[in-house]
Amino acid sequence: MRPFQYTRAQDVPTALKRREANPNAQFLAGGTNLLDLMKEDVERPDELIDISRLSLSQIKTIASGPNAGGVSIGGLGKNTDAANHPLVRQNYPLLSQAILAGASGQLRNMATNGGNLLQRTRCPYFYDVSMPCNKRAPGTGCGALEGINRMHAIFGWSEQCVAVYPSDMAVALAALDAVVKVQGAEGPERAIPFADFHRLPESTPEKDTNLNAGELITALELPKNQFAAHSYYLKVRDRASYAFALVSVAVGLELNKNRITRARIALGGVAHKPWRAYRAEELLVGKEATEVHFVAAAAAEMAEAKPLAHNGFKVELGRRSIVRALHMALNEGKS
Amino acid sequence: MMEENEAPQLTEDEKKLFEDLMPEDLDEILDTGVNRRHFLKLLTLTGGGLLAYQAAAAEQVLTRPLSLPPEALPPSTLENAVDLSLRINGTSQKLTVDSRMTLLDTLRERLGLTGSKKGCDHGQCGACTVLVDGRRVLSCLTLAASCEGQSVKTIEGIAQGNTLHPMQQAFLKHDGFQCGFCTPGQICSAVAVLDEAQKGEASYVTGPVRLKAGAKPSPVRLSEEEIRERMSGNLCRCGAYPNIVAAIREVQSGKPVEQTWNFVG
Repeated sequence: MRPFQYTRAQDVPTALKRREANPNAQFLAGGTNLLDLMKEDVERPDELIDISRLSLSQIKTIASGPNAGGVSIGGLGKNTDAANHPLVRQNYPLLSQAILAGASGQLRNMATNGGNLLQRTRCPYFYDVSMPCNKRAPGTGCGALEGINRMHAIFGWSEQCVAVYPSDMAVALAALDAVVKVQGAEGPERAIPFADFHRLPESTPEKDTNLNAGELITALELPKNQFAAHSYYLKVRDRASYAFALVSVAVGLELNKNRITRARIALGGVAHKPWRAYRAEELLVGKEATEVHFVAAAAAEMAEAKPLAHNGFKVELGRRSIVRALHMALNEGKS
Repeated sequence: MMEENEAPQLTEDEKKLFEDLMPEDLDEILDTGVNRRHFLKLLTLTGGGLLAYQAAAAEQVLTRPLSLPPEALPPSTLENAVDLSLRINGTSQKLTVDSRMTLLDTLRERLGLTGSKKGCDHGQCGACTVLVDGRRVLSCLTLAASCEGQSVKTIEGIAQGNTLHPMQQAFLKHDGFQCGFCTPGQICSAVAVLDEAQKGEASYVTGPVRLKAGAKPSPVRLSEEEIRERMSGNLCRCGAYPNIVAAIREVQSGKPVEQTWNFVG
């Protein structure tokens, strides 16, 4: 690991100022991804600003503003605490489930909610500094495009990058229309709708998100909704636990008797960002919650997929996973 | 435990011992303490006959923690040194570390606590699992510097004196290991799993995680499926999983658990 200076920030303004003063500095929160990448020489900060002790870990009901009645989750709270907080398990069990589907108990105890959103891709070409990768070293090309791309994207990729985004938590947040609150050294706090937080690779895959340099995620806001009774996070992977998703599906339904009044579906493991299945959602609203409508919605969504040489299986897997997750959500988690 | 990069003060008897037996090393010993090379040399020299005062002094030196060689450089030579104060297995420790030192390397290389193992060093195997402020974490992905003021428990601190922790006893009873390399991490993780289940923390297989309005989490009974999911961050290349699961089930339930064997075909 390259040498770096370690500093511990005492409060948010000091952390932001320090980060602004050094463009090669990075914030250190849980460190589960950053330290790994530093050991691999992929990330090379010359200063780490430890923000893990800042008081940004509260989980509480939002009292006022556009998301009043919803729940705010501190950016520096631990994943374990977010997954198990009664407010989250009562109102957003989809988020609990998605967090618990990711990583291991040890990693969830370390990882923070803000840091989870800022995970880099697990594409092996990104991790291997001897390989070309436009995300790690812009202009060097994409090793995966014509290489081994079984784990890679089937939606929204570009010639520059076919990597997928690894977080499970973020897939649930996409389905729940979360809002990311961020703060920079200058100016007021910004609110970024979740769909705009992560980006597609286009010609600048080195940029994972629309977070500006030096901005800190202070909180995630979950607007009030009625999905708690009918939601499900389905994760399909190569082994039963402790593996990244081949495909994952987050579903939230609001029902009037058996008629779908609102539907939210987001997919993980298929794109450079959590992939909202807008097409499937539109097709489901107003329909009876039955197999035939689930299958039609899933097929319409997956019809747009553009698989690579080794990941064609993800199209059929995605279609079936959407149908299964819809059934699970309808039956309150029972298949 | 003594902070090992501080040269321990030698008594007059000890000084005289080194003056008599190893005069060529005396300056170095006074400056940086007794290191492994001095220790071995003294051991060789005292293998022969000694005067009574020498024997007493030699015994003192031989039972004292050694000043470890290169990693115990004076702090001024460390680039990006961080002063650190934390509790490890109930004992306060003060030391100065390179900012890049992980908690795992600090435990193993600086404090001689080699129970926590370096398996993959990338957070993928769980062999380095320790408890920080009561929660299981991966010490290979934790910077020592970030542990300031925290309380660390390693496998060396799990037993109460000579009395093994019930989880250690259960691992022995059920043969929860073969080569033993992953075992310290497995046991630290398993001890934490019991606590997490007691607090009602859910896992991905806990069924509906939804709580009714106003409800609080209640303790989780650890089925085999629950244990396998909750322990999935601890890999065992010998494949002792069925025995590890049996050990954990036995400790949580308090009742003897029979091992189940499944033969293929």
